[in-house]
Amino acid sequence: MANWVLKGLRTGIRTTSYPAGPDDAPGISPGRPIGTSLSSTTAVDQLVRNCPTQAIAPDGSGIAIDQRRCIHCFRCQRGVDEPPIWQQGFEWAAYVDDQAPRKLAAIFGRSLHIRFVDAGACGACMSEARQINNPYYNMHRLGFFITPTPRNADVLLVAGPVSDAMRLPLSKTYEALPTPKRVVAIGACAASGGVFGPSFAASAGIADVIPVDVVVPGCPPPPLAILHGLLLVVERKPPSNVFSRASGGSKESP
Amino acid sequence: MAVLYRIHDDTSDLASFLELCRVHWRGVVVASADEADNTCRIDCGTERLRDICQWLTDDLGFAFATLVAEQAPKNWLLIYAFYKDAKSPLVRVELKLDAALSVAPSVVDLLHGPSFDWHEREVEDLFGLHFEGHPRLGEFVLHEDWLEGINPMRRDFDANKRFEPRTTEPKWEPPTIVTAPGAFAMPIGPVFSDFAESAHFLLETVGEDVVRTIPRFFYKYRGVEKIAEGQPPDRALLLAERFSGTAAFAHGLAFCQAIEAICGIKPPPRALALRAVLAELERLRSHAAAITGICNSTALAVATSQAALIEERLLRLTCEITGHRYLFGAVVPGGVICNPSQTDCRHLTAAVGEITHELRRLLQMLRYSSSFLDRLEEVGVVTEDQALSYGLVGPIARASGVARDIRKVLPYAVYGSTDFSVPVEREGDGYARLRVLFAEAAQSAGIINKVLSSLPDGAICSDELQLRAGAALSAVEAPLGAAFHWVRLDNGGNVSRYRVTPPSFTNWHGFHLAAENFAFQDFPIILASFGLSNAECDR
Ligand code: SF4
Repeated sequence: MANWVLKGLRTGIRTTSYPAGPDDAPGISPGRPIGTSLSSTTAVDQLVRNCPTQAIAPDGSGIAIDQRRCIHCFRCQRGVDEPPIWQQGFEWAAYVDDQAPRKLAAIFGRSLHIRFVDAGACGACMSEARQINNPYYNMHRLGFFITPTPRNADVLLVAGPVSDAMRLPLSKTYEALPTPKRVVAIGACAASGGVFGPSFAASAGIADVIPVDVVVPGCPPPPLAILHGLLLVVERKPPSNVFSRASGGSKESP
Repeated sequence: MAVLYRIHDDTSDLASFLELCRVHWRGVVVASADEADNTCRIDCGTERLRDICQWLTDDLGFAFATLVAEQAPKNWLLIYAFYKDAKSPLVRVELKLDAALSVAPSVVDLLHGPSFDWHEREVEDLFGLHFEGHPRLGEFVLHEDWLEGINPMRRDFDANKRFEPRTTEPKWEPPTIVTAPGAFAMPIGPVFSDFAESAHFLLETVGEDVVRTIPRFFYKYRGVEKIAEGQPPDRALLLAERFSGTAAFAHGLAFCQAIEAICGIKPPPRALALRAVLAELERLRSHAAAITGICNSTALAVATSQAALIEERLLRLTCEITGHRYLFGAVVPGGVICNPSQTDCRHLTAAVGEITHELRRLLQMLRYSSSFLDRLEEVGVVTEDQALSYGLVGPIARASGVARDIRKVLPYAVYGSTDFSVPVEREGDGYARLRVLFAEAAQSAGIINKVLSSLPDGAICSDELQLRAGAALSAVEAPLGAAFHWVRLDNGGNVSRYRVTPPSFTNWHGFHLAAENFAFQDFPIILASFGLSNAECDR
């Protein structure tokens, strides 16, 4: 008979210290490009041209990046004259609308019940979402639970650009959640349609179909970025910005 | 099911296969050879198609790889591709149809007919090309609420056209066959209670036991083949990598190999070696994920955690070496992007060694967990005959005694010159599939070590890429099995047709074989032991 208890004990605790402390273990996040001041307009033009999803736009003396569109293709990094800053870290989640009242933390307390919907995700976002359950990230210690029924859920976690056949199941699941509810869209596809939408077969992201509260950019967002998105819902962490400006920071519509 | 392999005819190389073809079909079909691709092309008319398909599969033991449909201004072109073993050539049976006709003979009633089944249904649904004699055409990729008479893969269909959201629920009413008193059909999906991919299963049951499972896919159809059209290869590559993010490298590689074949370039030796290393790293992670899934489905908590730790470790390792946890952006036409340093290589070798050791320990413990084995043994059985007639691929086929592996059959990268074995089991049940996963993971680790120990120096990418018009079929062994990518470039160097046959498409078709007459609580286990991706299947 295999002794699983012993095996478990021997393995010890591997869980990240985030959110109480930082986590900078190698490989937990691919990092991402951020708005950067550049030396010339030719360098700006090259980056704007190279970006396949129009995530990069000229901004002052450099470029700004719409993180919802960035698909981590590295084409602004590799083989260019002046790459933008590639920033490590994972606190990428942001509120869609900064003005909307967010008094949900008090209602939800510190615990969340989550319902997941796959709206046509490629598998990488789902794989990363699954990892928040693994012992490294262990979402249960933060009071986050997956619930089998939408009627008990506070949060709808959605990945994918919303394929045509998932539009109806997605809106029906959304309606089945009791209010107050929050929608967390994970990944570039969910945030903007990514490389797939808009097209005849897919929408331009979750917001095309149901209202979104929190976006977690990334292609795919690493597990800690998804946890950051959930922590945003209960206001236990400050948000990042959807637009990363050359001057470094403030959120503004383009 | 009589003899599936009646190998008395010589298919052992391109020249003798061509000779065999000419003798056997004298004056009936035209056969020609393409030395560069080791491909034999057979041009045949509608009246001979069935005979040729039957001859290749039943008599000669070829497996059906893929059906590619192309719409030219004046005619339809249907390409049926077949593969067999390391010696035999790839065979392409080509059928031209008058544009106005739009009818081809169906071959699904042959002994190996099931392997053609979903291909014909997909072409019918997306192109509006009818297959005479197919018993189940109609709603397949496009569900019932899709607009009648609109075929998105036709040339005149605009990929950017957006449709109004439909408010009526599609009426999916598959024919149920269980008629005993108290029989009912239980629907599961498309939204699940866990982190599961969207799909719909109808379980026909008379109580505790499920008699039959009717699955339905393509909830995640994103029209990848259509939206790739008109795009330059570097843009289409983004789609190839991202339609199935957990096998991004394998599909990116298959796409790049097709572009290289069209443009006649060869990646430098170091690139070919690194491609094998990265492909095996992806396979290792994918297999670890499948093992996690199987442990989880049997509710063995500590084993699930152990497997999940290995999986996460591999994700981090991949990120350290390539900059991305899922290898996005690692492969390009002509070579690879990432060039690991000597330190990286040493780190990779050491880490893969440790991971292999952990996997071996995990398997040892699972072997002695009788409650775990009880739930996997004799559950979800696929027999060898079934696997052959459905043309199943990958670990699932190999767990049912079919030793086919594209790395051996149509070697690419450095697999032709690297020593490794293809693990095979016979039982075809959940436990056999689990053992194949573990054995293949060990082989992958071995390949990584071998290739890294003699990694050539030099460039990692050829700089001679000159796009030109042409078409090519490329094959790779993706983590879940054989993947075939057909790419055609037009005169401007843009993609004019992209056809992907991923292993999940091939293997989901055989899922119902494993999901027959089982206890209801075994459903998640059968599902996990298949470990397939709907994103990969649906495209
Ligand atoms: S990594 Fe992101 S910002 Fe850079 S080119 Fe790719 S999509 Fe654009």
